[in-house]
Amino acid sequence: MGCVESMNYEIVLRDATFRESREYVRSNFKESIDVQPGFKVFDVHVIGLPPIAIGLDGDFVIFPYTKPCHGTFLLRVEDREEAVRLRALKKVSRA
Amino acid sequence: MADEPTAKTSTALLVLGCPQVPVQTGIALYLINRLKKAGLTPVVAGNKAANTLLVVSDPDRHYVGEVIDLDRAVGLISDKKRDFDRCFVFVHNDAGVTYAATMGAISGAKLYALVYGEHFEEQAKKIDFPCTVIAAKAVHNPLPLKKAIDEVAPWAA
Repeated sequence: MGCVESMNYEIVLRDATFRESREYVRSNFKESIDVQPGFKVFDVHVIGLPPIAIGLDGDFVIFPYTKPCHGTFLLRVEDREEAVRLRALKKVSRA
Repeated sequence: MADEPTAKTSTALLVLGCPQVPVQTGIALYLINRLKKAGLTPVVAGNKAANTLLVVSDPDRHYVGEVIDLDRAVGLISDKKRDFDRCFVFVHNDAGVTYAATMGAISGAKLYALVYGEHFEEQAKKIDFPCTVIAAKAVHNPLPLKKAIDEVAPWAA
């Protein structure tokens, strides 16, 4: 998984379709932000059918990661700085 | 001679999917050959297994030119450090559709989705973004997909 491998991540959903992953984020997390493909979460360019839903749960960031042979994984990573950065973008996009 | 303007060569990116469906490598080599003959410079992006299958199949690199890691290619295009004139995404599963949609969003290339495999109709139905879909039921035998590609002749478009 490249630099994703160095993260302390938890797999929330595995071998899902991209749409299942997006619906899961929207249904299971109160906060989410929609981004476009290529948007950087941590050091990862997220891919997917736009819009891509990124979940926020306290200091946790929940984002999709697709592998060609294994479909889409939904990963949960604790990172206060990144959660704050994404929440700030959410406020800007709503302003 | 040095001051003569040189025409910019058109480029094509081939985005490989998981190599579990056998036709991918053969079709990629075929498409690379046709693109090169038409004067385009093909570049391949895939995961390690998909790229290695292609490189091992063409040890003297008669066909295969530049090969880059798929995640790196997505990063370069997203960061606007690189782009291509045409982009061919190999699609036989949901991940392939996801990569095709991503390329459509981040790249200015004319996009082609090459859809194949046992469930090619199911995958083709998921493609609701602008691109040219070239689809055929091809799993072990590449000829149905080759025929579909020949009918579109994307190297000439």
